[in-house]
Order: sequence, then structure tokens, then C-alpha cells
Amino acid sequence: MSEVLNHPSIIREESAAAVDQSYLNMDLLRFTTAGSVDDGKSTLIGRLMYDTKAIFEDQLEAIEKSSQSRGDENVNLALLTDGLKAEREQGITIDVAYRYFATPKRKFIIADTPGHIQYTRNMVTGASTANLAIILVDARNGVVEQTKRHTFIASLLKIKHIVVAVNKMDLVDYSEEQFNKIKTDFLAFSDKIGIEDIRFIPISALKGDNVVDDSTQTPWYTDGSLLSNLEKVEIDQDLDLDNGRFPVQRIIENNDFKGFAGRVDGGILKVGDEVVAYPSKETSVIKTIETMDGKIEEAFPPMSVVVTLKDDLQLKRGDMIAKADNKPSEVETLKATVCWMNQKGLSVGGKYLLKHTTTEVNATVTAVIDKLDINTMNHISTDTGLQMNEIGVVEIQLSSAIALDSYKTNRATGSLILIDLDTNETVAAGMVK
Amino acid sequence: MQTHTLTHLKQLESEAIYIFREVAEQFERPAMLFSGGKDSIVMLHLAIKAFWPGKVPFPLIHIDTGHNFPEAIDYRDWMVKEYDLDLIVGSVQGSIDKGTAVEERGVNPSRNGLQAITLLETLEEYKVDAAFGGGRRDEEKARAKERFFSHRDEFGQWNPKNQRPELWTLYNGHYNEDEHFRIFPISNWTEMDVWQYIAQEKIALPSIYFAHKRKIVERNGILLAESPWNTLLKNEEYEERLIRYRTLGDMTCTGAVMSDADNLSGIIQEVASSRVTERGNRSDDKRSEAAMEERKLQGYF
Repeated sequence: MSEVLNHPSIIREESAAAVDQSYLNMDLLRFTTAGSVDDGKSTLIGRLMYDTKAIFEDQLEAIEKSSQSRGDENVNLALLTDGLKAEREQGITIDVAYRYFATPKRKFIIADTPGHIQYTRNMVTGASTANLAIILVDARNGVVEQTKRHTFIASLLKIKHIVVAVNKMDLVDYSEEQFNKIKTDFLAFSDKIGIEDIRFIPISALKGDNVVDDSTQTPWYTDGSLLSNLEKVEIDQDLDLDNGRFPVQRIIENNDFKGFAGRVDGGILKVGDEVVAYPSKETSVIKTIETMDGKIEEAFPPMSVVVTLKDDLQLKRGDMIAKADNKPSEVETLKATVCWMNQKGLSVGGKYLLKHTTTEVNATVTAVIDKLDINTMNHISTDTGLQMNEIGVVEIQLSSAIALDSYKTNRATGSLILIDLDTNETVAAGMVK
Repeated sequence: MQTHTLTHLKQLESEAIYIFREVAEQFERPAMLFSGGKDSIVMLHLAIKAFWPGKVPFPLIHIDTGHNFPEAIDYRDWMVKEYDLDLIVGSVQGSIDKGTAVEERGVNPSRNGLQAITLLETLEEYKVDAAFGGGRRDEEKARAKERFFSHRDEFGQWNPKNQRPELWTLYNGHYNEDEHFRIFPISNWTEMDVWQYIAQEKIALPSIYFAHKRKIVERNGILLAESPWNTLLKNEEYEERLIRYRTLGDMTCTGAVMSDADNLSGIIQEVASSRVTERGNRSDDKRSEAAMEERKLQGYF
């Protein structure tokens, strides 16, 4: 069965061919869920996990017990996702939690974010890594201010796929008319913010309608269950495959070997490509692309590899290797949309450490250009800086130039965070204009 | 047509490699906690990949409770030799002898709670500012909100309300004096991902993960192995059963599962059809519903 490494305590199985390898065709979708406390978000996540067998008997037993002691009539699937004791006692979720389930086609990572207004920062955090956002709408209440807010944040973070899950359809008798009204209302405002892919699905998380299986209650709806949409949505074009970007993370040396370790953040890097390094602007050619599993001919996002160059360039961590045909911008001042995440607000003139890809530079916020009203999506002028959970456009002066792209072009090379110099806390998320 | 999509395992691998390299650059004295369990074995494999063809630039730390499965220790020593790694052993017995830890009373004292003491002592002794752990967010509810870079205060404690937001993959490892970080490179992996990856990468494991015969006693629904630290209660006796382990902790509290899965194919099928979480076999979590959260607050992983 296996090669025993001359040691009775250790087993290495070489015949991996004997293992069903269908998982080698699975990919990964990260999505975020947004909705208010009463929209049934926790129930929906509980339902997805339960119906895809990501929840186990002992977990179910534990929540059955808790449901009984709370006096709930049914098993409260929401209890599966309310993680911390403090929250369970208060009955609310207070932070981003990550959940996992898989089907034979895809692995899913859910960033489960609470919907209260004071937790904008959590939604921004959850949305920053997501390919897709599920916006929950209560079928009885339709599109409310919070729906708009969540959709707006998703669009700001450049999430390309939105699923509007119209929940609690059982409480409106599975009314097609009500569903269509919500759809019309939603599109009336979402048209203004330009999201490419929006899907509407009538569901009941509590009863399971159109969550995993198609419901017989909604014969007028034919675009598939939530899960089948999550399995099918195409995300391979969402990464930037045009602009070759390779921020240097670490120099790896071993005897005569010298290579640059990093993650491909944009474009397709090929052996023989002409590259230019920032900030030195020296040019060279990719000699090899290496991994422990062997040399490869090309690398694309988000692969972690080691690149060697034909010339002996003296690069360091934080430098950027870019393909010569499509160069990044090199800037000392920049404009960015920032979400403020700290109790201590932002004031003009504030000094921070700015982290961008693998580099860090000192930064001064020289102006708060305007603030966004996330309910109306209007820009409003401000002379009070930005407070926790506020979003605005700021101008930043850097101590030295960095190479970057706009966030619209590339989420990896167009994003940044600001770090407080005294507390070391992450105080802002920024997206380069 | 050639697509530019990575499988889920390749994406998880790349994410972990990225985190290892970030930590090696951002911190002065990182170290990896290594238990000999499958999660820390996968983590070590990823670390070796991250720095290849260079050497892993930090030591392993093993917190030795003295109640280990001998197979785990054999495995640890073999890995250290095979990959020319540095190993630091922190001894719970040492903490007990020093008087900083006190052995539990009762017939079958568990040293699980004491691990946290020895761990913090070891981290302090070596001035470790970033300790890698193999924790996964799918393991337990309290871990679902854990960060990749998990901030600990000067007492080594985890405060869920004082964690930094983690945006994109911009990890902030700056800290004040006496604070440190726990780093979880395989946060996003599930038990199934770990097993699929072990099969894909042909990673060697301690033999106790595969079905074997062992003397077992059933106590409170948990199958405990015969060991020098386990005293039989009245009316109990050992029976030989065909079992394997899904997780690896101390011999005093890690339960076996009845299984005839003696190869990876069998194990993966078992994981796929299993209806109980891995930690369901750990008596340390059963003490109360919020057990893990409480132990985390005290500095446990």
C-alpha cells in the first residue's frame, strides 16, 4: 500500500492514483454575504452548509440543544454561524466570520459580515477578498436603505458579481409580482453604479426553496437555485491578465542561485518576457520561473513562484517587476477612496505608514476631497475629516515613489492600507483612483 | 483552450506560501509550532515550498506534554533530519518541575490546559514574535473569526474585539513591545482540503492516521488508547480494536475512530461521508460549549 520510509511510525503513500482525483478539477469561489439582522442571513448560510453536508452531527446536536434552551420552535440554523459566546448571548454577529463548504465543482469561502450600519468596516473587509456578493432582501420589505448601502460597498470594492437573494418568499406566498417589483426597484438604483453581473433569485432560507434545489413553489422562476448559480458563475476573467505585475516579496539565495520570490499580481509572466524593475527602472528578461515542483513556462495570478532574471539586478523586497509592454504608474502623490476603520478619526495632515503590495512608505494625508453618503451615493464636501465607518476620497503624499495601478484595473496593485504610527493598528482601507 | 484558473488546492497553497514569505520578512524571530499532527505537517510542507531552494528560515517549536503518541515524536525527529530543520522543544514537565504549571488532580490528569503555559514560556524564552500554528477556521466556531495574522497582547491573550481588519492580502505585522502574533497560514483549509493535498503532494504521515489495531477503552463515548498515563476506572478494560486517528493530540484526550481505512483513498472517502467533526473526538472541547473560546482567551491556539 505504501512506501514505508524504513520506519514503522511513518507512512508515505505513493500510489495517489488510487485516490479519486476529481478534486483536481475543482476551483474556488470567495463570496460575501450582506443583509440586516432580520433578513435571515445566518439561516441562509446555515442552510447552504447543512444541505451541502458541511455541518456535522455533533454541531447539529449542539445547536438543537441551544435552540431548545432558547425556546425556539425549529432548530435554529442561525446558531451554527453565530460564533462567539458574547454574540450568542447578545444574539448578534459582531465581526467577519469565515465559513466553508464545497460541492464536487467548487470550494466556497464565505465572508459572513454583519449588516449593522456601524459595521461598514466589516463589510469592506469581507468584500475585499470576495469574487461575488450575496445581498439579502426581505421579500416583505423589498429594497431598503441598507440594501443600497451594501450594494454600493460591493461595487466600490469592485465585486463583479452580485446575487440578490430575495428571501422569505414563503411569507409573501411566493408572489412573482412582489419578486418583480423588488427586481425593478433594485435595478433602478444599481444601474447608476454599474455592476456587470446581477442575478435575482427568489428563495426561502428557512424552507430551503431555491437554495440548493429548484423549488416547486416558484414555477415562474427558471434561472436555477442559488447554489447552482454559485457553482456556475465564471470568475476566471475577473483577475487582471493583461498587465504583468510581480511585487518582490523576498530574495531567495542558495549557493549560486538567486531568485525573486513573490506572487503574480497581474498579467501572465512567461520565460523570455522583457521586464522593467521599479523603482530602479533597470530592464532585464525573465530567465526562469521556478517552483519546488519544477520549472514552469508561465505564471499567472495568484501563483506564488520564484523568478530569475538574465541580468544580476540588485532588487529588494518591495520592488516591483513589471512587464515592459504595460507599465504601472509611478507616483509620489495619489488619490484614493478610503474607508476609515478606527475610533481615532482621520484629520488632514495626519501621518501614517502606507502598505501597498510588499512595500511600506511613510504617507501624509494632505486633503480630504469629499465624503461619500453611502445611502445616496452622493459625494458631499467635508471639513471634518473622516470618522470610523466613513468613506471618502483623500489625497496622499508619499515619502518616496511607488509603482501602482488603479484599483479598477487591478485589485492587488491598486489597494493599500494605512497603519497608525503609534498603535500599529490598521486604520484605513484604500483604493487607488 | 488553456485557461488561467488554479484549482482550489493550488490557490490555497499559493495563499499559504505568500503568508510564510510575508512573515519571514515582516518579523524578526518567527517560529513554527509543530505537533506532528497532519495540519502542522501540511503547514511544514508549505513552508519548505515557500523558501525552496533556500532553507526554512525559522525553527520548529514542539510543546512536549510528555503524553505524546510515540509515532508523532518519531515523525518529528525524522522530518527535522530530512529537511535540516532547527527544533526547539518546550517541556510541560519542565514547567511543572519549575512550579509554573500545576498538574491536574484526578485519575487521568490532562496536560492540555498546561500546554498554554509552556507555550508562552517558550515563546518568551526565545523572544518569538510570530508563531505559526496549523489552526483552521472550519475546526470550531471560535476559530471562524480568527485572522491570518492574529494579534496577541503582552499576556499572550487573544481579544476578539481587538483584532485588526485584514484587507485584501495586505497583512499588518507591526506590533508594540511585548506583543506578538500567531500566524495561521492554513486558515482557509478544511479537513477535506488537507487530506486531498496530502494525497496530491504524496506527503508522509505518522502511521497512526492509518487504520491499525490498538488497545482501546471507551469512556464517555471517546475511544482512548492504552498508555502509561491512562488509568482504568472501575469496570473498565482495554479491548483490541481496528482504529485510526483523525486528529492528533495527547494520548490522554485524543479519541480514536473505528476505521478500516488503511490508505488515503479510504481516508478521503471516510472524511467525505463522516458525520462528526474531527474535534468531536477531542474530550478537551467537550467540557463546555464555549470551551475553545475560553481556552483561546487564555493563549491556547
